[in-house]
Amino acid sequence: MSNKLIEFKNVSFRYGEDEPWVLKNVSFAIEDDEWVAIIGHNGSGKSTIAKLINGLLFPQQGEIIIAGKKVTEDTVWDIRKEVGMVFQNPDNQFVGATVQDDVAFGMENRGVSREVMIERINQTLKAVGMQDYRLTEPHRLSGGQKQRVAIASVLAISPSVLILDEATAMLDPSGRKEIMQTVSQLQDKQGLSLITITHDLQEVVQADRVIVMNNGEIWDEAVPRAIFSKKGELRKIGLDVPFVAILADALKEAGIMISQEPLNHEELLEDLWTLHSKT
Amino acid sequence: MDITFENVTYIYQHNTPFEHKALENLSFHIESGSFVAVVGHTGSGKSTLISHLNGLSIPTKGKVRIGDYSLSKEHKPGDMKELRSRVGVVFQYPEHQLFEETVEKDIAFGPENFGVSEREIKKRIQEVIPAVGLPESMLERSPFDLSGGQMRRVAIAGVLAVKPDVLVLDEPTAGLDPRGQKEIMDMFYRLHKEQGLTTILVTHSMEDALKYADHVMILNKGTKYLEGKPEDVFIQKEALNQVQLDVPEIVQFLISFEQKFKTAIPYQKQSVEEIARQVQRVVIGDELL
Ligand SMILES: Nc1ncnc2c1ncn2[C@@H]1O[C@H](COP(=O)(O)OP(=O)(O)OP(=O)(O)O)[C@@H](O)[C@H]1O
Ligand SMILES: Nc1ncnc2c1ncn2[C@@H]1O[C@H](COP(=O)(O)OP(=O)(O)OP(=O)(O)O)[C@@H](O)[C@H]1O
Ligand SMILES: [Mg+2]
Ligand SMILES: [Mg+2]
Repeated sequence: MSNKLIEFKNVSFRYGEDEPWVLKNVSFAIEDDEWVAIIGHNGSGKSTIAKLINGLLFPQQGEIIIAGKKVTEDTVWDIRKEVGMVFQNPDNQFVGATVQDDVAFGMENRGVSREVMIERINQTLKAVGMQDYRLTEPHRLSGGQKQRVAIASVLAISPSVLILDEATAMLDPSGRKEIMQTVSQLQDKQGLSLITITHDLQEVVQADRVIVMNNGEIWDEAVPRAIFSKKGELRKIGLDVPFVAILADALKEAGIMISQEPLNHEELLEDLWTLHSKT
Repeated sequence: MDITFENVTYIYQHNTPFEHKALENLSFHIESGSFVAVVGHTGSGKSTLISHLNGLSIPTKGKVRIGDYSLSKEHKPGDMKELRSRVGVVFQYPEHQLFEETVEKDIAFGPENFGVSEREIKKRIQEVIPAVGLPESMLERSPFDLSGGQMRRVAIAGVLAVKPDVLVLDEPTAGLDPRGQKEIMDMFYRLHKEQGLTTILVTHSMEDALKYADHVMILNKGTKYLEGKPEDVFIQKEALNQVQLDVPEIVQFLISFEQKFKTAIPYQKQSVEEIARQVQRVVIGDELL
């Protein structure tokens, strides 16, 4: 049975009284075992949504419910225990003097025992390929290494909501794939709401559902296949479709009858193979 | 400006227990006016390499030449200002190069520092703001109250406003939305073509390296692993996998296609449309045309 873990009810937000609304009447719900990708043009309000979920910001209108609790100044500390977040720029979240301290920090705050802590530090740093950097100062890491450590730190606290705000933007495609595999394994094992904010269309394909933001409003909300069939409209709002969808279009142009919008190479090749067997 | 690395080694925290060799005996040459992509796994030394190009890092061993400048431990130029006015660097994280109160002041900072007249600066701001896809209304805002992608655009605008001869870009499209990625890469390419800017692009997008660069260099653990024309380098799947990289998607598709259909379509930098026609011939055959 899945339950609503996160709910936005008619949420509007602006950064100041004289500033424009950056979220306008936004409503959505995310289940406790779901992977939702949020996409949208630069400045469309994605990071603002993330900051509202873990109570770094509070909405002027509407309400946000996390695990049955309304996010307010009083509940925010409890809620932050449930929510793990990796920020767009990892420098904004390093607190420890060394990589290992940094991973430990979140666990200390949650009263995790020392033995478990040591085990998890080893586990999570290994999972992101950073086990050799335990004693390094975070500011001495490369751009991608910083992102890997930031992800390890949040995995270590096993949150029930995990928000990754462009957390793999500085990784190469295979590094990205590996990290997302680690994260989705964790999701399968422990069940958690996973929210990934990303411009990487390849990553979006793997989500259960996609929320598309445009100018502070929800523009669409559907499964990846349905979203990526709206090619022209997506391009109008600054977005695009994955390579495989572009290739599928070109194949249609060339006279091949593709049966469904493919989400990956395997689906497309399977489709081509079926056609081939018929001719 | 020609760029040459001669046996460059760079060690962070040299002569301490924490020392870390980030580049090792690295040599290469970049001809003035070319477009070079630098690719490599996390921590392979890309950002360290480019920090040498404007004198932010000086080789621990070996020598870097940029035009008439020569940088080595024995020979550090006293004044880097002129070098920095000619080599513009867009850093990996835009926050690292934003510091003024307003976007306008931030973009003006570089040219001001290099003695460009106020009138000329105004003119340049008018040029660069639309080039990076920002509305003019953003000039009065604080660069720290912007979204990630907006900050990235301001950082790029600031570098362009200096009008450098060499443009060094460390993952310049990270954080940009898909349209922004394409528009900004196209703009860099136009500058490179029209004004002959030497361009060095660090990227994780094999697609961009393939599309824009005329030469690609793959780094692994601080050394040069492979270099050559993108279309020659990016078909070497096994070699790339060895250093935790992968071929571009289009090449991967052709490899999987060959496995399934037992017919090879070699990658020769052809367009997606051309590939679609080639696939069509194999899948359905010519007779239907
Ligand atoms: N601290 C702030 N003060 C004022 N305005 C802000 C602040 N942070 C963000 N904004 C504005 O709010 C809007 C939404 O920003 P947000 O960071 O949520 O966008 P985003 O969708 O995450 O964009 P990106 O893809 O560029 O990261 C933008 O127009 C931005 O300029
Ligand atoms: N300030 C520093 N002090 C000590 N070591 C550093 C420092 N900066 C980087 N390093 C180390 O040097 C190596 C190369 O780092 P560099 O930043 O050049 O990598 P990169 O190829 O740019 O990686 P990425 O793709 O993750 O940005 C890494 O192992 C890193 O940990
Ligand atoms: Mg953002
Ligand atoms: Mg780097």
